[in-house]
Amino acid sequence: MSLQPYASPIERIWFWVFRIFCGLILVFLMVPVLVIIPLSFSDSTFLTYPIQGFSLRWYEQIFSSGPWMDSLRNSLIVAPLATILAMIFGTLAAVGLNRAEFPGKGMILALLISPMVVPLVIVAVGMYFFFANLGLLNSYAGLVIAHAVLGVPFVVITVNATLQNFDYNQIRAGASLGASPLRVFFTVVLPQIIPGVASGGLFAFATSFDEVVVALFIASPSERTLPIQMFSGIRENISPAIAAMATLLILLSVVLLLVMELLRRRSEKLSTHR
Amino acid sequence: MKINNRTTHKFLTTSLMTAGLAIAGSAHALTVITFGGASGDAMQEAYYTPFTEETGHAVTPGDYNGEFARIRAMVETGNVSWDLVEVESPELARGCFEGLFEPINWEVLGIADDLIPSAVSECGVGTFVWSTVLAYDADRLPRAPESWADFWNVEEFPGTRGLRRGAKYTLEFALLADGVTAEDVYDVLATPEGVDRAFAKLDEIQPHIQWWEAGAQPPQWLVAGDVVMSSAYNGRIAAAQEEGRNLEIVWNGSLYDLDFWAIIQGSNHVDTAHDFIRFASQAETQAEYSSRIPYGPVNPDAIAMLSDEQAARMPTAEANLEGALAVNTDFWVDFGEELEQRFNAWASR
Amino acid sequence: MSSITANHNADNQPITGLKAQLRRAERMKKIKAMLLVAPLALFLIIAFVMPISSMLWRSIDNTEVSSVMPLTAAAILDWDGQGIPDEAVFEAFAQELRESRAGGGLGRIGRRLNYEDPTFRSLLTQTLRGLPLSTEVSWTEELIGINARWNETSTWLAIQRTAPTVTDRYLLAALDLERDIDGKVAQIAENQRLYVSVFQRTLVIAGGVTLICLFLGFPLAYLLATLPPSKSNLLLICVLLPFWTSLLVRTAAWIVLLQSGGLVNSGLMATGIIDSPIQLVFNRIGVFFAMVHVLLPFMILPLYSVMKGVPSSYQRAAVSLGAHPFAAFWQVYVPQTVSGIAAGTILVFIMALGYYITPALVGGPSDQMVSYYVAYYTNTTNNWGMAAALGALLLVVTLLLYMVYHKLVNQKQLVRS
Repeated sequence: MSLQPYASPIERIWFWVFRIFCGLILVFLMVPVLVIIPLSFSDSTFLTYPIQGFSLRWYEQIFSSGPWMDSLRNSLIVAPLATILAMIFGTLAAVGLNRAEFPGKGMILALLISPMVVPLVIVAVGMYFFFANLGLLNSYAGLVIAHAVLGVPFVVITVNATLQNFDYNQIRAGASLGASPLRVFFTVVLPQIIPGVASGGLFAFATSFDEVVVALFIASPSERTLPIQMFSGIRENISPAIAAMATLLILLSVVLLLVMELLRRRSEKLSTHR
Repeated sequence: MKINNRTTHKFLTTSLMTAGLAIAGSAHALTVITFGGASGDAMQEAYYTPFTEETGHAVTPGDYNGEFARIRAMVETGNVSWDLVEVESPELARGCFEGLFEPINWEVLGIADDLIPSAVSECGVGTFVWSTVLAYDADRLPRAPESWADFWNVEEFPGTRGLRRGAKYTLEFALLADGVTAEDVYDVLATPEGVDRAFAKLDEIQPHIQWWEAGAQPPQWLVAGDVVMSSAYNGRIAAAQEEGRNLEIVWNGSLYDLDFWAIIQGSNHVDTAHDFIRFASQAETQAEYSSRIPYGPVNPDAIAMLSDEQAARMPTAEANLEGALAVNTDFWVDFGEELEQRFNAWASR
Repeated sequence: MSSITANHNADNQPITGLKAQLRRAERMKKIKAMLLVAPLALFLIIAFVMPISSMLWRSIDNTEVSSVMPLTAAAILDWDGQGIPDEAVFEAFAQELRESRAGGGLGRIGRRLNYEDPTFRSLLTQTLRGLPLSTEVSWTEELIGINARWNETSTWLAIQRTAPTVTDRYLLAALDLERDIDGKVAQIAENQRLYVSVFQRTLVIAGGVTLICLFLGFPLAYLLATLPPSKSNLLLICVLLPFWTSLLVRTAAWIVLLQSGGLVNSGLMATGIIDSPIQLVFNRIGVFFAMVHVLLPFMILPLYSVMKGVPSSYQRAAVSLGAHPFAAFWQVYVPQTVSGIAAGTILVFIMALGYYITPALVGGPSDQMVSYYVAYYTNTTNNWGMAAALGALLLVVTLLLYMVYHKLVNQKQLVRS
């Protein structure tokens, strides 16, 4: 959306109102994150402004103590695996749901989104009993399965939404040109639904990365994830160490996103040169 | 910048050492689950590391946020992966009655006479004594409040106050403010009229209350100037004082309670757990713990090993016990659900 | 040979043959579709439905007394509820109470009976301690001797109520109802009524959060989708960053911002807009701020991924054909994003229904939602029947709303095509 040179005054005003509104929303999204960063350098044990003294003690704490680094590692093991599992199952199911009408479809859709609905505490206790019988307690496998279950609805819903605008004649066209169904899926369907798959996967990742209730039940001290570490000791203290960890994660994701963006621009350049 | 190399070094060596031992003896490691945070750090230094050094038994520490459901699920499925757990007194009473904890073998333990009486229980051994106190910001009040009646006095002490969101503690404080003496609080509260009286008293200050949920909140609010006074756990207030904040504690009318060690029913390390409890209940180790965080030792001899300044901050110091009230756990185990529901109905009116 | 028959058939009944082929193709398509859905459905049935149903079963489960005291339960169900039961019941009860010590049975019946009357736990412990060793005694006299409450009809009626294997008490209690002495369903005392209003407030908060998210998310997603990728990707980072930040951290940040000594209030006071701090947190306002912040990305991203696929040419065509730009936007562009709106609103609404950590930390007592009480009953008081009942009701309400919503959205899409 850009302003046309021949736009009327009302359109100009509308254009700027719209831009300012969007700017305010972005500020709303960013401010809490930005507020946290300076607090991670505070020398106080309280998360409050004004900051009285500058200190790196909280960074020292997260880098020097085993629990913080271990829990980061555990989260980085569990979340991607759970995301991949959720993305595969979820995308297949969403494609299937959109492919044809079949009996009980409404019920199945309700089943697929139900993990989002049931209160997490109930999920946690239910899974505890069930996983105990299967020997999945206190294991990465159990945690990955549990988080994949929680992430699946996001993938189903977002992929489903992108498929609504998908033109199925393309599949027929692909098939009539002699492509195998798999090839059609990877060359015709997937590229078009990838934004949906990606945002669903993102939700699934974030869910696992920030999930504390179920993890508290399934994980033993050796599989404790980052959220468990963050919530530990909330009875006494919300320590600025969590602000330090948050700052590091923000830094990490900014770097990752910028690298991805640079790579994208490079490949764009290459393809236009060709 | 305050990077302290010696602490880092010490931290690294201890954690590496415990990690190494944990791997070496993981099959026999004792899993000890506490509430974590600053208290967990103090336990690491005062209990776990010396216990491992002395006995060779590795300790796997872990923490939880009081998810009692996990303990029940563990016992019901027979999949017991925790051995020793720090619980609050209502959970101890419920869990003991419901058979979730191993009975403590006091004869084997042989320390019943060394501890304060309330630390001796059928299924648990006291860990430390903590207190819910009236804390205030001395810079913001015209004079020091002395009791819960002052807490209720919004004319002389204007400003928002913090109380824990829930019936527990709140109803006791309301009755204390209404002139009930500490000894009579639970007798009054056991009658329907007493409950009505407490709620009527709460009506008076409802608009001035900001309710807290996590124990971390009241010191934060006091420091940020959100409230002028609040009920709070004494440990965190002391931490704020150490940082140079002018927060003060009124011990009169404080409610103290114990956290307990309890052994989970079906644990494979019942004997080691008893050894650990005995180790952690000595005057020396208790003093070590209490010197790091101001929660009162259950072994009275430990008080003498603390500096006077430290001893004065303990809920168990004699001067602080005057006018203080022990939480009646049995009362809350029996009537808790009913009163909490009534409280929530009242608060959302 | 076979080809000839096939031709023959096709020649004779061309129409039915084609129909059959079509039907077969249709059926193949259905089977393929179901095969695609099957792995996830199976996965969820095993890893989710089975664990959850066993947990939700506890909302009607009442087997504590009948499993620990089978004889007493059977005997007392035959009692007519007048006076006190006969000696046989007393004897069965005393024997089984003595045996209940082993294996945690006493704890289970104690927990269950305490829901009927909060003093039962101590009554049972006291009675157990006072039971005589000899068996040749009148149990009626012995029990009444230990505590006169065994002589009261109400005590035995309470035990009678716990004897059947299923109960509706938890589900009723979750709706602020109970059975009175005659067994009729009635409302509980007014000062105890809570959950109906909790359910209402849960729906109001979730609905409000969803509407605000849509109002804020739609324009932003539109901007992101229409900007050139180089700019939109940078802005997308701003949407994604909060996402990587822990819920606890973001909640803490809102408290830092909104509390009366916080940044927003001191900023407003410094600029002279207000004289004294306004209450922005630990009430409904704070809950809305924090929840909208947490859930807004869940609205923006599905909208964005759908808008990405909407060609801007239609809208331009409408404008070039003389439509007002706003009309072109409303009538041509927005309808093409309905699936994104549907996905975003359903995500946000359903997620908002289940929230409890955020409202617990930034809300007041009248802002707590159903999940908060589910967590309270599960973890604090160990009353899993009540937790399961509240959870089951929340699940039912949500699924019903979801069905209604699904119907509405589908109809809209039908109208469009």
